[in-house]
Amino acid sequence: MTALKSMDGAIAVTRFGLGAKPGEMEAAADDPRGWLKAQIARDGAEQPAGSLPGTIDRFAAFGDYLAQVGILKQDGTIVETTAASASAAAMSEDQGKKIQEQRRADLQPLLEGVRDEIFARTRLATSTANPFRERWTLFWANHFTVSSAKLQSSVVAGPFEREAIRPNVFGRFEDLLVASSTHPGMLLYLDQARSAGPNSPAGLYRKMGLNENLAREIMELHTVGADAGYTQADVTEFARALTGYSIGGFKESGDTRGRFLYRPLLHEPGTRTVMGRHYAEEGQDQARAILADLAASPKTAEHVARKLAIHFVADDPPPGLVQRLRGSYLESNGNLAHLAETLIDSREAWSPDARKFKTPCEFVVSGYRAAGASPSDPAKEVVQPLTFLGQRPFAAPQPNGWSDLAADWAAPDALVKRLTWAAKFSDYYAPKDGAPVDVAATTLGERLNASTRTAIARAESRVEAFSILLMSPEFQRR
Amino acid sequence: MTNQTPFSRRAALKFGASLGVTFLASPTFAALPQGKRKLVVIICRGAMDGLSVSPPVGDPNYAALRRQIAIPAEAALKLDGDFALHPKLAAIYALTQAGQARIAPAVAIPERIRSHFEAQDLLESGGDRLYATTTGWLNRALAAQSGRAITAIAVGTQEPLILRGSVEIQSWSPGGKMTQDMTRISGVLQDLYAPDPMLSRAFASGMQTENMAEGFSGGDMAKYAAQPQKAVHDYTSTTAKFLTQDGGPSIAVLSLDGYDTHANQGGVNGQLANHLKVLDDAVDGLHDGLGQSWSDTVVIAVTEFGRTARINGTGGTDHGTASTMILAGGALRPGGIVGDWPTLADGKLFENRDLAPTLDVRQVFKGVLSDHLGLDRRALEATVFPGSAGAPALTGLTA
Repeated sequence: MTALKSMDGAIAVTRFGLGAKPGEMEAAADDPRGWLKAQIARDGAEQPAGSLPGTIDRFAAFGDYLAQVGILKQDGTIVETTAASASAAAMSEDQGKKIQEQRRADLQPLLEGVRDEIFARTRLATSTANPFRERWTLFWANHFTVSSAKLQSSVVAGPFEREAIRPNVFGRFEDLLVASSTHPGMLLYLDQARSAGPNSPAGLYRKMGLNENLAREIMELHTVGADAGYTQADVTEFARALTGYSIGGFKESGDTRGRFLYRPLLHEPGTRTVMGRHYAEEGQDQARAILADLAASPKTAEHVARKLAIHFVADDPPPGLVQRLRGSYLESNGNLAHLAETLIDSREAWSPDARKFKTPCEFVVSGYRAAGASPSDPAKEVVQPLTFLGQRPFAAPQPNGWSDLAADWAAPDALVKRLTWAAKFSDYYAPKDGAPVDVAATTLGERLNASTRTAIARAESRVEAFSILLMSPEFQRR
Repeated sequence: MTNQTPFSRRAALKFGASLGVTFLASPTFAALPQGKRKLVVIICRGAMDGLSVSPPVGDPNYAALRRQIAIPAEAALKLDGDFALHPKLAAIYALTQAGQARIAPAVAIPERIRSHFEAQDLLESGGDRLYATTTGWLNRALAAQSGRAITAIAVGTQEPLILRGSVEIQSWSPGGKMTQDMTRISGVLQDLYAPDPMLSRAFASGMQTENMAEGFSGGDMAKYAAQPQKAVHDYTSTTAKFLTQDGGPSIAVLSLDGYDTHANQGGVNGQLANHLKVLDDAVDGLHDGLGQSWSDTVVIAVTEFGRTARINGTGGTDHGTASTMILAGGALRPGGIVGDWPTLADGKLFENRDLAPTLDVRQVFKGVLSDHLGLDRRALEATVFPGSAGAPALTGLTA
């Protein structure tokens, strides 16, 4: 094995993967590119282990909760919060308090469901033998963010990722986009489910109206990007085309409840014009045709190429790499497996200079992998530390998802927080056998430099040595 | 509705003509060492709805446009005949009554964009257009001061664009305590980070701040990490302690989010009301934590843009243009509404959908930086807010 080859192995495992588990460095060393390509799976990503309820069940449980706390109306819609609060205000303070407590107790099982999702997904990342496949998947999950930061989407953020994202990450981008844009998780998160055309029956007779949130974010975040030159009129037109994209409500029959449902009564009639193209009135196929054109747009190719290059290579990515990924997207009609291969075959992605700074989730996951361990306590080992480090899974504060830039994560305080976590983590998980320098070599391979090696060798305990490894510049970067 | 307050746009232009005089004549400026003056910027992310923050209850079109999410005049906290504050902004309201808080009801960034992320970038970078600069205006303000006496701290787990740039800043967020082991390891890490400027700079600053924070008592910070909305008062009163330390920073920036209310926005109560309560607690925490230093402080709460004037089809509002900026602090000069009110009348709405702006956010930022922090006017124009000649500083806001 040549030195260059094993440097590539270290890059494959740490930059493309999620950080080395014991033995992984060796597995990747002989043929790093082959090792990565073997993880491209046409049928999609792995699924987190365990019996996690799907959207339909989670949605039903959420409906039960809303009914229990008395804010679900007979017709299945949620009572305006103002009205609910006004009736609460009419009660005595004591009564109000009791109701609050009861609500919290009723909400508990739902919150535990979110925690289970976070835990299962984190355990998948810490244990998988296909870390490139999982990194690729998490990239797309972040691209199509559905956040639990909003109550209405909190219970379905996990199912959204498992149902809409994971099966589609190596298929066509268009299919991924459609799966995301029609999944109840996204329709709830970006307020699409009750959006109605002003001239639809619902608009004319039930005073329902347009909500442009999903339309705007599909254009800006999911496809062509904010600098693609579209106008407010394009957003509004797309929003009109999307009307009718809805979900079966809480009180609807079992075969529609919690599923995507096209409601013709909400759909704005007429031809739409988006970015200069006309779309005839074809019910739900109208928005579907716009999604197809957005997916095929060179602007989308550019946007996706750039984001991928930023994620995998550098915050300021090599223009040649962006161009090659863009070309790969266009020539393959947005085939994501093809795009992954192009990325792996790109020279610029293998620069020995590790320019990416890990996000908190990447840092914690790679810590567990270095220790050859997986978390066992959902709250104490996963949710609390990741919240404390600023990246609670499924809880990105805004629809653009988590930042991929060092400038957002390498604040002075953030590094101190990482040290606090690393020291505590090492207390429990620092490997109990083997020389600490060997652990470091297993973890970083050729990327381990002499000064870090010396510092680890000089540490006064295994715990301290492991803390230094986790906090070393080579481990913080990838 | 006309505006009789001293800081209407017309008045601001007049002020512009006599800038030098106003500035030099400011009687307290010489008496107060610059180092004592504090500035806190609260960025409310997600496009906070100005028409709910400071409901224009005297505007004849308000109730009809907002229907069930309008804040009724009888529930709102009355400022004058035209404006009120949202009932959840009780602490800020008390400050307005003491002459220590004011609202600017129709401010906007220089470009008319409706993307949260682009708009936040522009708000924080201080450019005259998108992508004009990649650093933040507050960092460039720090770079422009002579003597570099003023430093800044970012509060929260992420570093906001507004503070990014060549000048090193501190950062802090609530969290766990350092132990002896960590102190020892930190020495080793300083050496390992030496060849990596980003890590070494950040880590050194982080350790320094952490040592300072060790000295603070009070405030349940573990609770903050778990339930930020409930403990925001503790969060900001602890932030205030950094500002009052000897040799501590004079400027702090923190972010609040959750203001993107496309559906079920609510009115007096509900989703937005809950987040306005957080903002109110945040300002109240600063007020309490700063103690005597409150009289040397200006707090600016600002959002990237406002929301549509009309309620949308789902009980919420979509991305709009102008919104309300809140100014608070004992260093403010008492006064009424800041800036003109464009009204919500037919034909006055921007693109027939949004509240139209009458004041550029940069006018307020420039005014506060020069009057309150004593920043050189030429530097303000040249490097802090390049291309902002059309947005003259709004002077006289602070005493």
